[in-house]
Amino acid sequence: MTVDDRFTEEARQQRIAESQLGTVNEIITGPVKDWTTDFSHFEEEYAENAIQIWDDLRGRCPVAHTERFGGAWLPTRYEDVQAIAYDTEHFTSRAIIISNVRPPLDIAPVGFAPPISSDPPFHHDARKLLLPAFTKANVAKQAVTTEAFCHSLIDGFAGRDVVDAATEYGMYIPMRVIADMLGFPQEDTEKFTRFVENVLEGANDPIEERQERGMALSNYLFEQVRDHIDNPRDDLTTYLLNAELYGQKLEPQHVVGTMTLLLIAGIDTTWSAIGASLWHLAKNPEDRKRLVEDRSLRPKAVEEFLRAYAPVTMARLVKEDVELGGVQMKKEDWVLLPFPAANRDPERFERADEVVIDREVNRHAAFGLGIHRCVGSHLARMELTVALDVWLDRVPEFSLEDPAAVRWSAGQIRGPRALPLRIG
Amino acid sequence: MRVSIDSATCQGHGRCYDLAPDLFGEDEEGYATLTALTADGEVPAGREGDVRLAAANCPESAVLVHEEARL
Repeated sequence: MTVDDRFTEEARQQRIAESQLGTVNEIITGPVKDWTTDFSHFEEEYAENAIQIWDDLRGRCPVAHTERFGGAWLPTRYEDVQAIAYDTEHFTSRAIIISNVRPPLDIAPVGFAPPISSDPPFHHDARKLLLPAFTKANVAKQAVTTEAFCHSLIDGFAGRDVVDAATEYGMYIPMRVIADMLGFPQEDTEKFTRFVENVLEGANDPIEERQERGMALSNYLFEQVRDHIDNPRDDLTTYLLNAELYGQKLEPQHVVGTMTLLLIAGIDTTWSAIGASLWHLAKNPEDRKRLVEDRSLRPKAVEEFLRAYAPVTMARLVKEDVELGGVQMKKEDWVLLPFPAANRDPERFERADEVVIDREVNRHAAFGLGIHRCVGSHLARMELTVALDVWLDRVPEFSLEDPAAVRWSAGQIRGPRALPLRIG
Repeated sequence: MRVSIDSATCQGHGRCYDLAPDLFGEDEEGYATLTALTADGEVPAGREGDVRLAAANCPESAVLVHEEARL
């Protein structure tokens, strides 16, 4: 048995006992009265109509506010989203998912899930540890197994006329890939959906429930850490356990926080991108036929799907009072960073509201802007490309089985969570 | 035409090396680099369009195109 003082049961219990919740605010749910003054991205109306809501707000607002979550802002123009993403002086990443709890001030600049939750200058060093594993060249090594896995999922559709492309295809692809990279057992992927749901779609649920589910994730990761300490192997978990910063092994919270990030951030997001792309193609047979027949169009189409159906909205907390987009933001206000809304700003994109699958110039912000550019963007692109390639080659004919049965997620990650398609 | 990468703004999105992998590359952290073909900053004849397209697709506007050839 190998000993790593950072990850003894006693050290862990002490950390749990010392952890601080932060500032809690009242949970407000229910239909939105006015999207300019009472928005909520957790409501069903947002899940169904986010694109129309952003377009409407951009035209007449353009920075919406809500008293929910203890006060939050929703910019919708590209230039405002960009300005916030670049301004790490006035906006902190101490929390990047809006919930009913603002984490303690003193967790900055590290945060709970470095480097996404980190601020400069620590952010740069924590990010540097991860970048080499996620270069385009390195993630390309995962392409062969990803492709084989996509084929195996489609093999499983044999004899069926209707399949759910969200829960029987898109969802499994990123879970499988990240389990491989972290060195977690493949059979655990069923657990991952619950962990992800708690952090993202469940972010406005009662605190006791979230804490209980968060502890299940924490227990699971601790188990994986202990297993990797006893049986080191060539994967990201062992890499993080051995990694050093400033001449020392990483703080235990840093190791587990980064594992949390890698597990959670790649799943819902890529799942959403795969699902939204297939949803578009199921609804638009002309686009589908062009991509089936002409593989050379697919890279441009992937970028256009990323622009038009960007899954990820990030968030920040205001660090210092600041005026932005014509409004006065106060310290500790939440701010959503809806990259998908920025991607549909007609000031920045021609035919912004159309999906143009051979768009040549596409300076979209699906993976964010500035220092927090998605670390996994090359991995996500590889997965989305392979998932669409395999699907289009194997299932060239498909359509929506029942448009009314399609369900989109609420919260900060947007994509189809039910997507029944008629195949063959 | 000349081209350079603004390393202060490049965040490693990789759009340039996706679109023109012989003109742009990635370093070991994923940040954009020039390649053997562009190492001196000179864009090879006939490749100006590819460089402009890479620049136009960079989310951070970090691919800098200098239209006038150096005298």
